[in-house]
Amino acid sequence: MTRNVDVIVIGGGIHGCSTTLHLCLAGLKPVLIEKDYAGRHASGVNAGGVRQLARHIPEIPLSIRSMGIWEKISDLLDDDCSFESYGQVLVAENEDELAACRARVAELNALGFTHEELIDGAELRRLVPAVAETCPGGVVSRRDGAANPAQTTTAFRRKAEQLGATVREGVAAGNIRHRDGLWRVDVGSESFAAPVLVNAAGAWAGKIASDLGEPVPVETVAPMLMITSRVPHFIDPVVILRGRKLSFKQFKNGTVLIGGGHLATPYQDRNETVLDWKSLATSAQTVFELFPVMRSATIVRAWAGIEAKMKDDIPVFGPSSRHKGLYHQFGFSLHGFQLGPGAGAVMAELIVSGGTQTRVGDLGIDRFYPSTL
Amino acid sequence: MSVAPKREDYDVVVIGAGPAGLAAAATSAEAGLSTLLLDENIGPGGQVFRAISSTPVTERDQLGADYWIGADLVQSLRAGSAEIIQRATVWSLDRNLDIAVSIGGASAFVKAKRVILSTGALERPFPIPGWTLPGVMTAGAAQIMLKSSALVPDGRTVIAGQGPLLWLLAAQILRLGGRIDRILDTTQRGNYLAALPHAFAFLTSPYFAKGLSMMREVKAKVQLVSGVTELSAEGDGQLAKVSYVAGSKRETIPADLLLLHQGVVPNVNLAMSAGVEHRWDDLQLCWSPVLDASGNSSVAGIAIAGDGAGIGGANAAVVRGRIAARAAIEALAPAAAAKLAPMATLRSDLAKAERGRVFLDTLFRPAPQFRIPSGDTIVCRCEEVTAKDVLDSVAIGATGPNQLKAYRRTGMGPCQGRLCGLTVTELMAQARGKTPQEIGYYRLRAPVKPITLAELAAVPKSEADVKAVVRG
Repeated sequence: MTRNVDVIVIGGGIHGCSTTLHLCLAGLKPVLIEKDYAGRHASGVNAGGVRQLARHIPEIPLSIRSMGIWEKISDLLDDDCSFESYGQVLVAENEDELAACRARVAELNALGFTHEELIDGAELRRLVPAVAETCPGGVVSRRDGAANPAQTTTAFRRKAEQLGATVREGVAAGNIRHRDGLWRVDVGSESFAAPVLVNAAGAWAGKIASDLGEPVPVETVAPMLMITSRVPHFIDPVVILRGRKLSFKQFKNGTVLIGGGHLATPYQDRNETVLDWKSLATSAQTVFELFPVMRSATIVRAWAGIEAKMKDDIPVFGPSSRHKGLYHQFGFSLHGFQLGPGAGAVMAELIVSGGTQTRVGDLGIDRFYPSTL
Repeated sequence: MSVAPKREDYDVVVIGAGPAGLAAAATSAEAGLSTLLLDENIGPGGQVFRAISSTPVTERDQLGADYWIGADLVQSLRAGSAEIIQRATVWSLDRNLDIAVSIGGASAFVKAKRVILSTGALERPFPIPGWTLPGVMTAGAAQIMLKSSALVPDGRTVIAGQGPLLWLLAAQILRLGGRIDRILDTTQRGNYLAALPHAFAFLTSPYFAKGLSMMREVKAKVQLVSGVTELSAEGDGQLAKVSYVAGSKRETIPADLLLLHQGVVPNVNLAMSAGVEHRWDDLQLCWSPVLDASGNSSVAGIAIAGDGAGIGGANAAVVRGRIAARAAIEALAPAAAAKLAPMATLRSDLAKAERGRVFLDTLFRPAPQFRIPSGDTIVCRCEEVTAKDVLDSVAIGATGPNQLKAYRRTGMGPCQGRLCGLTVTELMAQARGKTPQEIGYYRLRAPVKPITLAELAAVPKSEADVKAVVRG
């Protein structure tokens, strides 16, 4: 039995869930297919950074669009997603790094973006009192913050379901084909058919694209994170370093999340990762040097989520260049979480009205293949 | 004094020096394999033979003849070439058999060709109302104090629960002059009937005579209440009273100490974090690793022996340790294996040691109300999450323990689910009308035991990092 719906979305990460929700808001009937459960991989286990700071220029418009949604996330989802906005701070550890920060902010300003702001040592220490005295300044994006990634992804899925989306978890989308003008996908013993298919399958999306004749330079990675025991409150904003791989965030309960993009080995077929403790030790050492208050904290858990990383580090977002009715939304390359709410809204606009006011043209798959449509 | 491992690579690394680990390491070393035994405690023995080399208890009868078997195991291990490191906490093991171990505040990394996990058992959670009050502790914790320091309770003491270890502890406390005011037996009446078909095997097992005489010894001195169907600990910031229902009668008695115990379950954390497949055991009501007849797990090179492979007791643990070691020897040094006792002999020893187990498992299968709490009873101690909190999360879409983390942080505290994992699985299974197998368990992550940031920061860098620095 084939069920006809308006859109088939493959992948229950924050992107698939957000797109599904926004399609519902536009009055469509989508089906969301997730092989495990919503938020099982990178979307549920990332650092939860809600960051416009230090983004690649082509994705800044999408990030700004998303920020507006984050700030009203409770209105959209009936769930606060534990979103909080204490800003994100990029720390320059020396004068050379500060000069690079200055150049970056000037470049953004010239393009009309004002969310990144250069700060001196005094303002840095006002925002992050615990930072080492030797750091001369940095950049702040004051509206940025953090949220609970699993809570957020689950909230998108739940709201989408409440608004009429069909959700299938625990069974992979199989036998994806285009026939008689419709996309058709098997899910266990069920089949769905729709004029539109959204490929938001994260680390599994590259294979779907490739099977449909659009291979892109993408790899599967697993960035590692670790969390500490509770320590006294000492920091509000999320902190990232300009020159070293480190991000740092203290939660309300006192635990501190340490990330920064060191990679584990992914075993994608088994949904598993093997951590690289010697790289995590580098992160620990950086924290040890910069935040003496952390020295006695204990590491209680470390993990890695599986996701897709593009060779050029920017996502594949927008219509297929080969197939009518196919849209891609993957390859967010370790910084897709904050983009989720906005990307879902924009994707729904592309599907429903064929266009959007948000500038996303540089993110299309046509950067690899000129469109044949 | 702490000593780091002498080498970076070993043929066999055994983790845990209880009965299984002691036997495995001795067998492996005897066959000439380079063998490292890592154990978290200050001396070998595990829980069953805790403090076997150092206990201040000298009168053999007080701890029972079975305890002193441990001394022979330790002796034969020490006579061999195995490298033994105590106070060594393994905090990471992965499917590449890379092991991270913390010794005296510094971490070392070793690699093994074979890993034998013998991390033993944990006491099953006993989440009754008030179980987190000071003055309520597990029988196992009381036994640790008894064996390592000869400390026994002297205030008003109530022991509640069921199972062979409960009776053993009661006997040990009494022999050392400790006080027990009452024993509240929570064994379900129906279990006696259910266990009956398995009684013959038990009657012919060594447990029977020993168990019976121990129970007789305890009952002669302590008031026993059987058929307890409800139990709670009460008090304002400190245990003051124990309240229970037996038959249809409720009674409340004053108490300074309540010792709880309803059996032990495999300690699965390290094995699960390494990716070893586990299944829900419907008889023992716990997760057990999926193993072949030699103890090999789903991860190539990792074998599991002892109670961590499924509760079987100390005698079975020793044989399982020998079997796992023999399998490692067959793989790594086949010539040496030919000189060992044949596998068939070991397997028949194991069958003998496991005789009567089904009877015990059936008789002492804990009642649902003592495994699956309700209302305001705490489930997760680290994050103070109640049974009602868990059910509320299920109602808004939490489908399993890993999703529940996002709603309630259960299992994310320092205990890594050791104290709440089984309760959460069974509670969610009941709420969702699914089996525990379908509901699943927390995905466990290293470090399996917390390490300090300073210790991790001091770990030598990877080659790639060193090269990056050299290149500038």
